[in-house]
Amino acid sequence: MRGGRFGRPPRRDERLRTESLNRKAAIPTGSQSGRESERDPADAPAVELVGITKQFPGVLANDDISLTVRHGEVHCLLGENGAGKSTLISILSGMVRPDAGEIRVGGRMVQIDSPRAALELGVGTVYQHSTLVRALTVLENLLLGETRGLRLDVEAARARLAEVAATLGVEIDADAPAGELALGRQQQVEIVKALWRGSRVLILDEPTSMLTPQGVAELQKVLRRLKETGISVIFITHKLHEALAVADRITILRAGRVVGAIETAELEGSSAEEVQGRIVRLMFGEDARAVADVAELRTDLEGEQAPLDEQRSEAATLLALSRVSARPVGGFDPGLEEVSLELAEGEILGIAGMDGNGQRSLAEVIAGERALSAGEIRLYGVPVERLDVSARQKLGLRYVTDDRLGEGIVSSLPVSLNLFLKRIGQRPFWRHGRIEHRSVEREAQSLVKAFDVRTPSISTRAGALSGGNVQKVVLARELSFEPKVVVFNKPTYGLDLRTTSTVRDMIRGLARGGGAALVISTDLDELLDLCGRILVLSGGRLVGEVENGPNAGERVGELMVGAGDVAAA
Amino acid sequence: MTGATTDTALSPETRPLEPIAPSHRFVSDALDVVVRSIVPVLLALGAGAILLLALGRDPITFYSNVWKGGIQLTAWQDSAIRAAPLLLIAVGLVVVFRANIWNLGYNGQFLLGAALISGLGPHLVASEPRWLALLLLFLVAGGAGAAWTLVPALLKARYETNEIITTLMMSFIGVGVANILIKGPFQDPSVNIPQTRVLPLNKMLPSIPGTRIHIGVLVALAAALLVHFVLTRTSFGLRLQILGANPRAARHVGVKVPRLIVMSFLVSGLLVGLAAAADILGTWGYVRANWNPAYGDTVIPFVFLARLNALAVIPFVVFYAVLSTGGDLATQQASLSTDFLLVLVALILLFMTVIEYLGRRRALGASYLTPGLQQALRSPRLRRRTSA
Ligand SMILES: Nc1ncnc2c1ncn2[C@@H]1O[C@H](COP(=O)(O)OP(=O)(O)OP(=O)(O)O)[C@@H](O)[C@H]1O
Ligand SMILES: [Mg+2]
Repeated sequence: MRGGRFGRPPRRDERLRTESLNRKAAIPTGSQSGRESERDPADAPAVELVGITKQFPGVLANDDISLTVRHGEVHCLLGENGAGKSTLISILSGMVRPDAGEIRVGGRMVQIDSPRAALELGVGTVYQHSTLVRALTVLENLLLGETRGLRLDVEAARARLAEVAATLGVEIDADAPAGELALGRQQQVEIVKALWRGSRVLILDEPTSMLTPQGVAELQKVLRRLKETGISVIFITHKLHEALAVADRITILRAGRVVGAIETAELEGSSAEEVQGRIVRLMFGEDARAVADVAELRTDLEGEQAPLDEQRSEAATLLALSRVSARPVGGFDPGLEEVSLELAEGEILGIAGMDGNGQRSLAEVIAGERALSAGEIRLYGVPVERLDVSARQKLGLRYVTDDRLGEGIVSSLPVSLNLFLKRIGQRPFWRHGRIEHRSVEREAQSLVKAFDVRTPSISTRAGALSGGNVQKVVLARELSFEPKVVVFNKPTYGLDLRTTSTVRDMIRGLARGGGAALVISTDLDELLDLCGRILVLSGGRLVGEVENGPNAGERVGELMVGAGDVAAA
Repeated sequence: MTGATTDTALSPETRPLEPIAPSHRFVSDALDVVVRSIVPVLLALGAGAILLLALGRDPITFYSNVWKGGIQLTAWQDSAIRAAPLLLIAVGLVVVFRANIWNLGYNGQFLLGAALISGLGPHLVASEPRWLALLLLFLVAGGAGAAWTLVPALLKARYETNEIITTLMMSFIGVGVANILIKGPFQDPSVNIPQTRVLPLNKMLPSIPGTRIHIGVLVALAAALLVHFVLTRTSFGLRLQILGANPRAARHVGVKVPRLIVMSFLVSGLLVGLAAAADILGTWGYVRANWNPAYGDTVIPFVFLARLNALAVIPFVVFYAVLSTGGDLATQQASLSTDFLLVLVALILLFMTVIEYLGRRRALGASYLTPGLQQALRSPRLRRRTSA
């Protein structure tokens, strides 16, 4: 019975906006409510959020948010860092309880008070940060959610994994420890986990931020397949072109509120630039102009680095690696094999390559976290292989890790201490082994201000910050106190347009001010935007060098693929 | 642009973030402590009362006897004396637990220290001045405790061996070695029972004038204060905390993890050894074979209730000391075994777990469990499966 008495979408949309928050309604729990109120499931939206409000200490993360997700649509959620996107989907997925508001799934009002309840309602979630238990295998991670029966049916689980993986078009080793998989692969496991129980709604919080272009393309294909089977997807991203490529509808949040929505008709009816411009205005309001020159919004990235390039021949070499090798780590990082490179003053050198090709080893070897098995590293001409992390840090050698929550911060410690983790025991913040709270706090205040970290206070737990702001904390730590040579591993993933542009400006500023940057990224556009030269890393070896210029992107791509072929042969 | 857009507000007024009022935070912190730490104790005492009723005893008489025997008149001094070794062990556990390291070998470390000083003590006090002899004995006990952690510490630092297993193993060996020493070289030849020679009373730890309280109690208090200071105010303490909260971050920020593991083990063993010194030199004066007070086992729940805070440990240990001192009288009067006190401790542990479980669901303040332990609690079934 289509078009029953209840819920024709247009009318409901209007009602949603005017509905008052504290409207009391009977909340049917457990089994279906009476026939009367039952709607044709095809008619009711897949998910409706009405007047969702959530206050955290010092932050109103969600302020009266209403949102409708229809069946089989990809609904994009956009907004700057800290806008409240993750909070909203955490409410939908049962991780966080709203202070006010209601949730309807398939037209039925529900209370979602645990992740399990969400799964049972057919809402599966892939969080921004990995929830896999690193020490357990893929299969064990998937079995963690199993509740039926005391015995774990391993064989059935194996079959289910193969089935879901086939739907997604990916290959996953069931017995690999989750912690040893590359980040991109870990995420595929997370998607499998979300769909494990046959979810009808899939939430993806910034799923593409760590994927290679192929990975992104693959994911988009997966989304299209899911759509065909009628599954709705809520998709959070900071990349506008991705949003435009996959979205049926877009909702934009700002400071905890819905500030606008773009409907299917508009997405189809107007040009990409028009829509992008509108989204940026909605996301950043008056600050939109600051974002105008973000690389993402332009298309002509290549060959802009000429001035930096010309300086290079005369400039002093700040960092030099000669034939550096490092042992592989687990099945996840191939280590390094005879890597040689030179980084000159004022240079921004790019390292391209797919995730898990030795990027982490390269960064850690330079930072001093991992021992080399052979070779030499010179900083300002002086060998530093024997110096530890903090000694190198003191010399101005810094490392911005790509695993922010995993190792970049200690989430239970306050923001202030996190800013000084690499200076523990050093003056003036520690004297005779004793912490000087006053100097730590004063300096933390000014760093928080300088790097625009959005936090209620410096004593807030670092783990409570939004993803983008965690990155700002890490950047503030590494780029303060005279940085000279900085290794950036995926410096802008998960950052909003404005912060991305700020960070890239910081990197350029570092180079211009006589420092140098080594930018490791899987995002080719980022490298083309920043670097004069790009080296391609594959299987732990440098397989080629490309000067930024016309067709540089293509050539880097060829090197990546070519090297892959050689390795496979 | 098409008309299908639904802008509600183009520029929402910017709301400045309000800093959290300190008083507010203080209140919620205080509430936190009450719920997580004190409620389990109260519930256990309540359940204990019900149990007493079921056993046909009067709980009011029982608890008032605890009060009489543990606090009234000069009984509080006995409680204080009893608290000394407990406190030193508790503080020693706080140090390692903070770093997410599980030194469960305290019984071996304690008894080894105890056996060594009971054996050496009578000779030393005879040949050296009293203060020097006592100082040396404290060092011997502390050193023995620390040395006994060395194997698990090095194994963990170098090969990431699970220290729960290695410390327990070393504990068994330590207890065995202590008994061999007592029955062998340290055996008092003048008696038939396997025990060491008894320290003369006037050579034991001096008391605070006007009381029976020996200065071992002061040593314990000083240790708690010192450890608290080190853990909260120094770079060593912060490194320990980072290691406990996120070992990968510790490595990333340049903490020398293996060295820190060994250091914290040594400090922990040292404090356990000092506990043995305070107990033997202050209270007993000798050791008998097969004696094992297992102080560490009773004190662990309180270490967690105090949320691994060396200062907060003090009231909890004092509470238990009073309970056990007064409990001697109370159980005797009620003609119960003193094991009933262990039942109370077990009840505390039980309610602690229940509150911890509820706390996770209802956000009752911060957990006193480290992330790793929370994980284990969350998926006990899987743990069993993988270990099978
Ligand atoms: N558990 C928490 N405790 C306290 N504050 C929190 C908590 N979770 C989120 N917040 C705060 O709520 C606000 C919204 O955070 P949220 O993570 O939803 O942002 P977001 O839109 O997902 O940002 P990003 O793009 O950076 O991931 C932030 O100011 C954040 O600091
Ligand atoms: Mg987020």
